[in-house]
Amino acid sequence: MNMFIFELKQLRFSIIIWSLSLSVGLIFFMAFFPVFSNDTLAMNDLLSEYPEEFLAFFGMNSDLPFTELMGYFALTYTFLLIPISIQSANYGFHILSVEERELTADFLLTKPISRGAIYKAKLWAVLSTILITDVILFAMSFASLYMFRSGEAVNFKGTWVFLASMILFQLFFLSVGMVISVFVKKVSSVLAYSMSLGFGFYIISSLGMMISSNVLKILSPFSHFDPNYPLIHERMNIERIWISIVVIVLSFITSYILYLRRNIKSL
Amino acid sequence: MNVIEFQKLTKYYGDVLGCKDIDFSVKKGEIFGFIGPNGAGKSTTIRTMLSLIYPTNGSVLIFDKDAIKYGPDIRKNIGYLPSEVFYYDKMKVIDLLEYSASFYEHDCSERIQTLAETMELDLNRKIQDLSYGNKKKVGIVQGLLHSPDLIILDEPTSGLDPLMQQKFFQLIKEENKRGATVLFSSHILSEVQQLCDRVAIIKEGEIIDIQDIKTLKEDTYKKITIKGEGLNHGKFKIDGVSELQERDEEVTFFFKGDVNQIIKIISSLTLRDLVIEEPTLEEIFMHYYE
Repeated sequence: MNMFIFELKQLRFSIIIWSLSLSVGLIFFMAFFPVFSNDTLAMNDLLSEYPEEFLAFFGMNSDLPFTELMGYFALTYTFLLIPISIQSANYGFHILSVEERELTADFLLTKPISRGAIYKAKLWAVLSTILITDVILFAMSFASLYMFRSGEAVNFKGTWVFLASMILFQLFFLSVGMVISVFVKKVSSVLAYSMSLGFGFYIISSLGMMISSNVLKILSPFSHFDPNYPLIHERMNIERIWISIVVIVLSFITSYILYLRRNIKSL
Repeated sequence: MNVIEFQKLTKYYGDVLGCKDIDFSVKKGEIFGFIGPNGAGKSTTIRTMLSLIYPTNGSVLIFDKDAIKYGPDIRKNIGYLPSEVFYYDKMKVIDLLEYSASFYEHDCSERIQTLAETMELDLNRKIQDLSYGNKKKVGIVQGLLHSPDLIILDEPTSGLDPLMQQKFFQLIKEENKRGATVLFSSHILSEVQQLCDRVAIIKEGEIIDIQDIKTLKEDTYKKITIKGEGLNHGKFKIDGVSELQERDEEVTFFFKGDVNQIIKIISSLTLRDLVIEEPTLEEIFMHYYE
């Protein structure tokens, strides 16, 4: 318990900054919806000028046009998922490697606790951090939907299904970050790793949408958790999401085993 | 009773040798020195005892239990001070020490206060504002606050001024009187001589000798340098002199034996200068390191 509280305290500024900036980004985007919805016709005209592939690259979907409230919400989250993935990857790369990077391993790992207990305490701490961010983000999502809906209906169920699936999306980046951090010798810059992971998978997914490549879509969690799907079908994209779930489970197990066996070298 | 028992402990980092066939024991209540040049394998050996790294072969028993298998249990009674100390920079000293104490079952708050007073450590400062020597003091306090039965010190004196060093040695001696066993790794012979009962000498990952400090002291060479004129006369070619280098202006040699014998010869000469010094570790263990 002492470790869990300690790790959570270490992350407190991170919780505040991420929750705040994600919320501001969300509300900022959503606040423009009333302007778009007033000019639907002009907007549709404008968009028809662009090739389908171009629109697909930016996550726009003809089944759920972004001139409608839920389509606009989906588009907002298509972009918001990038920083959300970076946040989770950040925690993943950071949490198991921080002791070695900041050379405090000789302190923590020589205490009378097992590596397993350290792993669990750290994992619970980052999970709590992600969940706290989510609670705030969920509240902001509904608040902004109702605030800026301009008379359109909110797809309550679809929104819930999407937001719930987002937790799995975050677990994907958390677990992959963790497993990479114990595979490599040293994570020198957490942000460099997590940005590469977040943007990398986003680009894979966007290319997949653009060239309609199923292989690329299967590779990237951004397409497994594409917000358009739950908002249209009111259920998760199980055919794709199970791939992410397998990766999550394998990553957690592998990172646990590798962390237990890791040699912590001195300077 | 043995507190530490190495059993053919071997560690390779890939192809690189860390330490090989380490096989010695430390008895309860001993202050045991562990000496060798940098990179000889001292830290590797010590880090295996704390399950920071895992052995390639062999094992080490601490309190008669396997150090890896029963690591968390064993570490309840180990205090460890690494050679380089790093702590969570943004914390206050007292918060760090209390966090450290929270891993042990008994209350350590009084002990923190006493140790901090002895080491003259300000508990209310942030760790990032501390000098290297002060960080080292934090290390000492956090290593001893739970009154461990086994104290492992990995080159602990770097960064401490001579006065603090003496206070620290005093502290270690008191802990030893209380019943704690101490493993003291160092590359400075005089430190080990001052504190330890026995010493293991490590070279290129292997233990090459284990000696009583008493015999080591009797064995100790003096390094003698004399300066003057016309000294190249072969008067120093006696038993106990080694590495003799004679020139007209200057003569240097190592001497082991009855000092009076050598003083008599020296007193018969007219000199400009005389230096008698403790040989360095490398010099004294020359025969090991040749």
